[in-house]
This record gives sequence, structure tokens and C-alpha cells, in this order.
Amino acid sequence: MRSAWPSVAGNSAIGILALQGNVPAHARMLARLGRPARPVHRPADLEDIAGLILPGGESTTLSQLLQGNDLDQAIIDFARHRPLLGTCAGLILMSSDTGDARVAPLGLLETQITRNHYGRQRESFIATLEGGSFAGLRAAFIRAPALRARAPLEVLATHRGLPVAVRQGRHVGCAFHPELGQDTRVHEYWLDLA
Amino acid sequence: MSWNLASRLEADDFQLKRGLAEMLRGGVIMDVTDAGQARIAEAAGAVAVMALERIPADIRRDGGVARMSDPALIQSIQQAVSIPVMAKCRIGHFAEAQILQALAVDFIDESEVLTPADEEHHIHKWDFSIPFVCGATDLGEALRRIGEGAALIRTKGEAGSGNIVEAVRHLRRIHTQMRELTQLDPGQLMSRAKTLGAPYELVCYVAEQGELPVPNFSAGGVATPADAALVRQLGAEAVFVGSGIFRSEDPAERAAAIVRAATHFDDPAVLAEVSHGLKGAMPGLELGELPDAQRLAKRGW
Repeated sequence: MRSAWPSVAGNSAIGILALQGNVPAHARMLARLGRPARPVHRPADLEDIAGLILPGGESTTLSQLLQGNDLDQAIIDFARHRPLLGTCAGLILMSSDTGDARVAPLGLLETQITRNHYGRQRESFIATLEGGSFAGLRAAFIRAPALRARAPLEVLATHRGLPVAVRQGRHVGCAFHPELGQDTRVHEYWLDLA
Repeated sequence: MSWNLASRLEADDFQLKRGLAEMLRGGVIMDVTDAGQARIAEAAGAVAVMALERIPADIRRDGGVARMSDPALIQSIQQAVSIPVMAKCRIGHFAEAQILQALAVDFIDESEVLTPADEEHHIHKWDFSIPFVCGATDLGEALRRIGEGAALIRTKGEAGSGNIVEAVRHLRRIHTQMRELTQLDPGQLMSRAKTLGAPYELVCYVAEQGELPVPNFSAGGVATPADAALVRQLGAEAVFVGSGIFRSEDPAERAAAIVRAATHFDDPAVLAEVSHGLKGAMPGLELGELPDAQRLAKRGW
């Protein structure tokens, strides 16, 4: 996890929130797309990055560590000018209503979340996405949340009629894990928005 | 049943198991013995809890046969928290594992902390849809467990001792053995597989990638924020804390401090801050005085 953070000048690097969660998988995805990645541990790390990824992990843990490191308000400020991508726990944090007092929302996506919508790990699954921009993508749903989509959210992908990837402005949130597997389309789409 | 290990590691069901293990990276998994402790752990920032009737230090003190926990206890903890709930079964006791799967625990720990049920065979973990974590003291043991279907490896350390020395030994050994493999030429790998007692395909994987095909965490003896930072700097991707939290004098504060230490493991200023003013850690054992028969890390192979 400590290895391979190339030092980068300029503003092309993408930050990955590195408090807890599957940081290496997003770093691998960015490396595959030729984009330098940098870990974000504290507010100062948000300077000089072109966008920020909130990875999958435990949303209760991440929420506390965001607050403990003064990163919650710093990320809200950052998001006024730069794009965010949130996957699974990252999506929950980006929402306007996490549906759970244990997880404080950053309010970057106008959506209401149901944590662990499908159940426990026994109910985790991989499915092929149906409609939208990522049709055919093999998506891993791991103790995944559900979200309610309404304007101004644009639905980018659905599974069994439920929205599972959404966009609001330049922010994208996924209930599944596009960082797992080989399909780079979600990251490419988001990087193009940036 | 496929004999091709590589294709099994890439199959959907294993991707889901390994995926959950990967989501725990950077976090702290805490042993809890009731719903109240589970809520304290979750509020302190634990990424998961391990539900068990007695913490390892008490199992060690009480002696006798240690078994899977009462399902009623596990369910009360599942109802108390929203984070993943793990539970332990005895080494080789696949019937206990079947019960834990029926209870829908999120991870099964086939654990040397409980009394082994089979001294020759570990559980054939490919048979289960729930992911397994297993302990290891060296690379061969880690790869044997992955060969049986484990989705997550942790050091054994010496559970319930409050002494980090064994976890450090196991972590260093596993990482040294992985680095050695990357230096060998392909013609040497079968011979090395033989001496490690490990599946050849997994030896080839580590030689090529320089890491295990599943995450590698640390367990056994973590009692302080500094212990968590130490094992993280030695390459553990996350930390299990057993007796170290609820055997201390200040569980909630210590739990939160260890969570922050696991995140900021390479920032001594943060480590100094979180270590400041904690009350007494668990007493701990000097392992030089512990006879082999009482060493939990020697259980399993």
C-alpha cells in the first residue's frame, strides 16, 4: 500500500482518499489509464490534484476518520471546483442522506441511501449492468447500498430497475465497485468529466 | 471441481470474497464478546468486529476446549452493528463453519485461538460462499490456506498475549520469503514450492507479483497504537485486535486511538498524539516463559 506513489508535478494527478478502504485497486485502475495517483490523508493533500476518489471501505469508519482529520469540510470545499468519484462507501459519504446517524453525509449528490440494501456478505453478487453508459460491465456489489435517484441526478447505470451509478454535475457515484475487475469504463467516463 | 487454481482465484465467487477483504484494508477488526462492546467498537471506527464468547486472553486463562460461539451471541452482535461481523470456528471443524454460514456471518475465521478439531486437515474452504480468513506463520502456510480457498491471510502472532513479538516474526518471515521468491528464476520455483510445502501455481504467482493473491493482515498481540503502526509499517494491510482493547482499562479511547494509528501508521506526530494519556494497556505475557504446549500459533500447519 505504501509503494508506488510516483511524485508528480502539475495538476494532472488524481487524489485517492487514503484513510481506510481499497485504495490500491483505484490506484491500479488509474495506472492502467496512465493517470498519476496520490494518497489524500489530510486537507493539504487536496491542493494540486485534479479530482478525488472516495474508495470502497466501511462508511462508518471513513466518516469518523474524515471528521477526525478535518477532511469533511475540506472535501466539500474541494468539490465546488473539482470532480469526485465515490464507490460503494464513497457513494454513501457523497450522498445528501446516508439514512444512518452513524455516517455523516457530505451532501455532494442529492440522493438518499439505504446501507447494506441487499443484506450481508452472503447476499453480495456480481451482475452484468443492463442499460446506460456502462451496459455489459461486470459489476461487483459487496454489501452494497441502494440509492434513490431524482433530479438533478442523472442515472448512468441500472441493475434490476434500481439506479446503481449516478452523476450530478462532475460528481459520479457507484453502488458497485468499478475498481475491481478489468473494465475501466467508469473511471474513463469520470476522468473525461474532469 | 476444477484443479486449475488460477481460474478459481479469478472466478466470480472468489472475487466477491477477496473484494470484501480488500474493503477492510487500512482498518481495525476488533474482538467483542457482547452487543455493547460491538457498539463501542463500531463507534470507535472498527471496520468489522469478531464475535466471540471469550477473548483470547480469557480462553488462555480458562483452559479447556474452546469452541464456536453460541449463535444467539453472534446474532445479538449482528443486530447491534452495521459493520461486517466475523466469527471463529475451530481448525478443520467444517460443521461449525456451516453453522456460521447459515447465520450469515460476513467472514469466518478458521482460528487457532479455538481448540483444533482436526490436526491433519484444515477446512476445504472452496465449499463455502462466505469468505474465510486463516492465520499463517510463514509463506508456505499462507499459500496452503489460500490453496484451500482462504480469501484473507493474517499472521497468527500469539493471541491473547498482549505481546507483539510473534506477529512481527511472522510478518517479517512472510515478507522476506516473498522477496526471495521474486529473485528466483522460473526453473527454481518447483523446488521452492517443495521446500515451502506450497501449491506450485501460488508460488509462481508470488514470484511474479511480489505479493499474496489475497490481502495480508496482522493479528496476535496488538495492544497499543504503536503496535498497530509497527505491523502496518512491516506490511500488514490491516490489523486485528483481540484482547488488546477490551482487556485494557480504557476500551473506547484505546479503540479509537488504534483506529487512527492504523490509518496514520507512518506519521509519528499523529501516533504520539493518539498514544498520549491512554490508561493501562492489557498486562501481557513474556513469551519466553510460555511453554510450547500453550502456544496457540503452533496449532494448525
